Amino acid sequence: MYLPWIIVFLPWAGAVALALIPRLDVAARVNIGVAALSLVLALTLLGYPAGEQGWTRVDALNAPFVALSAFIGLTTAIFSAGQVAHENFDALRGRAYHAAFQVFLGAQALALLSDNMGVMWVAIEIATLASVLMVAVHGTPAAIEAAWKFFILCGVGIALALFGTILLYMAAQPVAGHGDPGLSWAALHAVAAKCDAGLLNLALVFLAVGYGTKAGLVPLHSWLPDAEAEGPIAISAVLSGLLLNAALMALLRAQSIVAANPQAVAADGILVALGLASLLLSALALWRRRDARRFFAWSSIGHMGLASLAFGLGANLAGLLHMAAHSVVKSAIFFGIGHAARIKGSQKIADIGGLAATHPGLGWGLAIAIAAIAGMPPFAVFASEFLLVTETAARNAWLLAPLGIGLLVSVAAEITLLQRLCLGDPTPDGATPPTTMESLTAVLPLWLHLGLALVMGIAMPAGMAAMLRAGAGILG
Amino acid sequence: MTFGQLPYDIAHLLGGAMLLVSFVLLYQRRVPAMVNALAAQGALLALAAFWQGLMQGAPQLYLTALIAFAAKAVLIPLALRALIRRLDLHRTVETALGIGPSLIAGVALVALAIIAVLPVTAGALAIAREDLALALSIVLLGMLMMITRRNAILQVVGLMSMENGLILAAVGVAGMPLVVELSTAALVLMVCVVGGVFVFQIRERFDSVDTGFLEIHRGERR
Repeated sequence: MYLPWIIVFLPWAGAVALALIPRLDVAARVNIGVAALSLVLALTLLGYPAGEQGWTRVDALNAPFVALSAFIGLTTAIFSAGQVAHENFDALRGRAYHAAFQVFLGAQALALLSDNMGVMWVAIEIATLASVLMVAVHGTPAAIEAAWKFFILCGVGIALALFGTILLYMAAQPVAGHGDPGLSWAALHAVAAKCDAGLLNLALVFLAVGYGTKAGLVPLHSWLPDAEAEGPIAISAVLSGLLLNAALMALLRAQSIVAANPQAVAADGILVALGLASLLLSALALWRRRDARRFFAWSSIGHMGLASLAFGLGANLAGLLHMAAHSVVKSAIFFGIGHAARIKGSQKIADIGGLAATHPGLGWGLAIAIAAIAGMPPFAVFASEFLLVTETAARNAWLLAPLGIGLLVSVAAEITLLQRLCLGDPTPDGATPPTTMESLTAVLPLWLHLGLALVMGIAMPAGMAAMLRAGAGILG
Repeated sequence: MTFGQLPYDIAHLLGGAMLLVSFVLLYQRRVPAMVNALAAQGALLALAAFWQGLMQGAPQLYLTALIAFAAKAVLIPLALRALIRRLDLHRTVETALGIGPSLIAGVALVALAIIAVLPVTAGALAIAREDLALALSIVLLGMLMMITRRNAILQVVGLMSMENGLILAAVGVAGMPLVVELSTAALVLMVCVVGGVFVFQIRERFDSVDTGFLEIHRGERR
């Protein structure tokens, strides 16, 4: 009954504790401890009976993603513990960073678990605030510019999403009655067919623009590359791996309500258009990047576009699988890029080269991870993209042309980058070589994620596959 | 309840007055005057929430009204004035769009809001639909204001004005659950923006709060 709330409030309690711990190394360990405990709780959620409990709900759609987020939260906490000593935090910044990290994890779990669309909005807002703080934590001009842009754009985005939420209630109110049912996803989904279609359409537009901003979909993406290039690198891993998924999930929940009304406009067109625009723009943008973190931020935009395209086409299973696969592989890449940037003392692509020769564990791990994100078999991204392409061919074959062009151009950019970073001529290392501990905390999570992506790609456990399939069914 | 009945007219008057203040914000060039206008809009919002609470018999809206009044009509404007004194912003700021074009754009946005809202809400109560049209106009004008200003404080003012529109929409819908929670959460966002981490640091480093100065740190031009 209370398990969803415990999963939300455990990280928040941890955040309070972390805000009080002045020593960075102690805080980093507490951070890992809280994240590990959250993972245990999130895994028990998988066996939890589905249904809504007050403001929260557990179903096949959110339980796998909560577990996945908790897993990425833990590996990121481990990675962060190794890197944090080199972030040059003073006591205040260190406390703010760790507290914001846990606040973020709790908020995005709440965003996934909430049944009430209002609570979901509040959760996404809290996650935004926490991530802005983490992006800005270094206080350099570039970090402040990135955080300011993030704040203003996402502030406008979530303001519009709130307007959409109000409209949703307004549409449901004559049918669902006053009070909480008017915002409950389950209740709204049930009565949507009797609601006013015009209001639902209007609500969908605002929710799509609002949550689409947070999900990094073109043309509302411009905060994402800046935010991911600044701040401690651990942030990039959770921004790409968790926040984008939570926002897209909120959009999907809203969309499934509107889709339940036969008279409302189909959201499919919006999702397909946003998805294709994201994919094609990112495919072109990838070629012009000189900063490795920005490169992978753009790649995230493209992959969210692919997921959104899948949902727009009604290939929900491909979309969910792609969201999960992308977050596992992309956070692995950020661990690798973060450590490479630490070794070389720069995150510019030109300054990182030949990693496989000089640092085999990191170099080959990163090479495999980049190949995996580019959709090479046998990893999970291949499975989801393959499913997406076959579903596209079956449902709307002419979309194969833009989809194919987008995929090919991005894959070529990603493989080119792979050759530069991992295989080319080694570049000189930075002044201070990382300690063994630092290397281990980056390389082990990287390989762990690759292992998970491999399992998801070739031997998805039957229970997990059934759950994803059921989740796809919930979206209709 | 329709036009000509007192409760309806007062709700309409308050919403309309908020929209009028949005137009003031759109053309005003003097920074302190903009903060005054924002405070006036906050006070009007508090009154509108109070009136809706009275009309709907929803006591929780009194709380929304109280919070809106304390924060938006008093505390945040005080903080913004302190910031303006500190940053010495007693001057006029230019906007990206002249007065004429921005007012024309504003009127066009209000028309758009009405065109978008009125047809789809034909089934709802007249008061709810017109409140919604007003609220959407305020939201869109807030966005327009953010687009036409480069100054960090004034972007915050625009965002707050947008948020005022949102709360107006939320209190205007009868029986909306979580109004207090949602409006408080939205307020927390505003307080965090005003909380000035950014503005103070921008000031410390650039001697200006014009976000145009930030652009040299943008993207990959490093």
